[in-house]
Amino acid sequence: MTRNDAPLVHGAMVRWHLSTAMLWLCISLLAGFFYSLQLLQHWPLPKIPVLSPGRIRLVHTNLIAFGFLTNAFFAMLYWTVPRLTGVRVASRNLGWMILVAWNAIILATYIGLHLGQAQAVEWGETPVWIDPVVVVGAILVWIQFYTPIVKTKERSLYVSLWYFSAGFVWLGLTYIMGNFIPQYLVAGNAAGPLLGLYIHDLVGLWVTPMGWGMMYFFVPIILRRPIWSHALSLVGFWGLAFFYPLQGVHHFLGSPIPMFAQYSAVISTIAIEIVVTTVVINFFMTWKGTEGSLKRSIPIRWFWLGALNYFITCFQCAFQVTLTFQRVIHFTDWVVAHAHLVMFGVFSFWIFGMIEHLWPKLTGREWWSPKLRSASFWMTAGGLWGMFLTLTAGGLIEGFMALNLVSREVILETLRPFWIVRTTMGVAIIAGVGCLVTNMAMTVIASRAAHADLEYAPYEDDAAKEASVGTV
Amino acid sequence: MERFSFVFLVAGLFFFALAFAISGLIPMLAVQDLDVRTIEQMAQQPPFEFTLLAEQYPVAYEKAFPGMSETEAFADALRVGHKTYIGEACWHCHSQQVRPWGGDEARYGPKSFPEEYHNELNMPPLWGTRRIGPDLIRRGGRQSNDWHVAHFYNPPDVNPSSVMPAYPWFYEDDGRTPNKTGLSIIAYVQWLGSWLPRNDETVFDLEAIAAEYEAPVLPALPIPTTEDEELEEPSEEDFWGEE
Repeated sequence: MTRNDAPLVHGAMVRWHLSTAMLWLCISLLAGFFYSLQLLQHWPLPKIPVLSPGRIRLVHTNLIAFGFLTNAFFAMLYWTVPRLTGVRVASRNLGWMILVAWNAIILATYIGLHLGQAQAVEWGETPVWIDPVVVVGAILVWIQFYTPIVKTKERSLYVSLWYFSAGFVWLGLTYIMGNFIPQYLVAGNAAGPLLGLYIHDLVGLWVTPMGWGMMYFFVPIILRRPIWSHALSLVGFWGLAFFYPLQGVHHFLGSPIPMFAQYSAVISTIAIEIVVTTVVINFFMTWKGTEGSLKRSIPIRWFWLGALNYFITCFQCAFQVTLTFQRVIHFTDWVVAHAHLVMFGVFSFWIFGMIEHLWPKLTGREWWSPKLRSASFWMTAGGLWGMFLTLTAGGLIEGFMALNLVSREVILETLRPFWIVRTTMGVAIIAGVGCLVTNMAMTVIASRAAHADLEYAPYEDDAAKEASVGTV
Repeated sequence: MERFSFVFLVAGLFFFALAFAISGLIPMLAVQDLDVRTIEQMAQQPPFEFTLLAEQYPVAYEKAFPGMSETEAFADALRVGHKTYIGEACWHCHSQQVRPWGGDEARYGPKSFPEEYHNELNMPPLWGTRRIGPDLIRRGGRQSNDWHVAHFYNPPDVNPSSVMPAYPWFYEDDGRTPNKTGLSIIAYVQWLGSWLPRNDETVFDLEAIAAEYEAPVLPALPIPTTEDEELEEPSEEDFWGEE
């Protein structure tokens, strides 16, 4: 196949990145489930070093961030960027290389963590010897996706592309800042703020821009109507770009970091809530008037619930970041609940929405089982919400007990029922995601109903441009 | 504002650099005069628990640190213990920072100060963001070596409500004698806080005693009461009271 006849979208990349993402998600969810059993004083696996609960806890977060979310975002980029720009990604071979390299990095991380080689950077425990490879991987991703964005003949870019343009470079910069400077150059109080910046920027400057770009692309397409306000999307993007990187220190409030840095983080965190609200408004105003879509369209259901969760998460942020709240909730399950609501309840839900929308187009087949689609939504959403409420309540109780100098033993006894419910909710989430994965696999293997069209099928460059402009 | 170059340069690079300067570089300048101590420097004064380990487990100790002087052995133990502490994710359930609020000072002593963290074992610092077990930054000496040996083997044996995992691979095959990893992690934990002076009161686990007798935990150490003291690092007198 010569370059000129190659389809605009490299469909195999989307399928492969989505499939590997779901594989890592399943492993990560199981890791989370087993770790929660340790908190119930019940460890079912053999007590051997490679299966140590602590190491499995590291696997849980790292596979979510880099294995699941990042792989799924790569799939999303392979689908959206060529369609938004009308230009192919840099190279199909580079695509295969990135696919193999990135998943090799995740596999190496997974093995390294099980062997106890973690690095003391939260959300970036990737062993130090893998870090340079991750940076190389990020640079390859720049080449792959900046090429179409730079080459496009469109004079102004669609909002999704702003998020992507900034997000790629942020991923590399954030990774270098968080994994190299505190490890090799500075110690203690000089390194601590960078850890906070890393935790926050990984979510705020990689996962969030990709997530928002994805939402801005798919929601108008699924609803078949344009985004409500272009001006608000501008405010949302520039507000995120300015305020988000300033907030990292709020993960270590009360630490020996100078108070001016802590206060600046608190203020910019409160400021971004206003910005985030504009984006959430933009979503709901776009959706308004198509209320029936919640019943008809499972993808929009995922996006809708994700947006609601996002609003709640950010509403929480504005309060929990204040020193008054920090006294109580820092170091407790409240934060764990918050993290699950963001990483799973928002960005993972949106990815599920994208999968629900894309999978038939990617495979050329109708969903194998409509019932499983619905079951997957209700179990996952119910499990996540149950977990969020349980951990939030438990975290508040824990926080007030700690504040009142109740002994650690009594706190642990008190949290036990909450942790039992949490594990149960985790099982519901695993069942929900299991339904989705089963449905995806069976659609490929067993579904006979053909889907109307393969949307990434080859077409001429000019037609592709028109199509991309027209649909967006 | 919708062109690639503008988005890339202003949002992608400039705003990131600005935030890095404000949240990263300026706090670095605030502590630039502090020396970063190496492991070898810190190992010059091993806590007496480490000396005691050598006496309690002479065979295992000789096997773990063959032919080394005490300071060399302690440096080695700190390295291995630190690596184990990170690899086993201890820092995800134990914090290493005492905040100036939230009852932390009553439990764990005065708030943490920058000098405590300026050493090779805090690259990066292990402050932590979740506290399921107690804070460990001043934990050294609160429990005896024997307690740690029993505790790491199976924490619920020592403290029935503990949710800490068991670490049987810290031990020789007999399940009683700590191996090199075991000796090292105990040395590391006993080292934490050993840069502060000790007295007899601190070697008791006040929380455990309180839990045993269902008594409220009383402040173990005097808390700074005036506004002024909050800005200063605690002096030895403030911390330990008059002996």
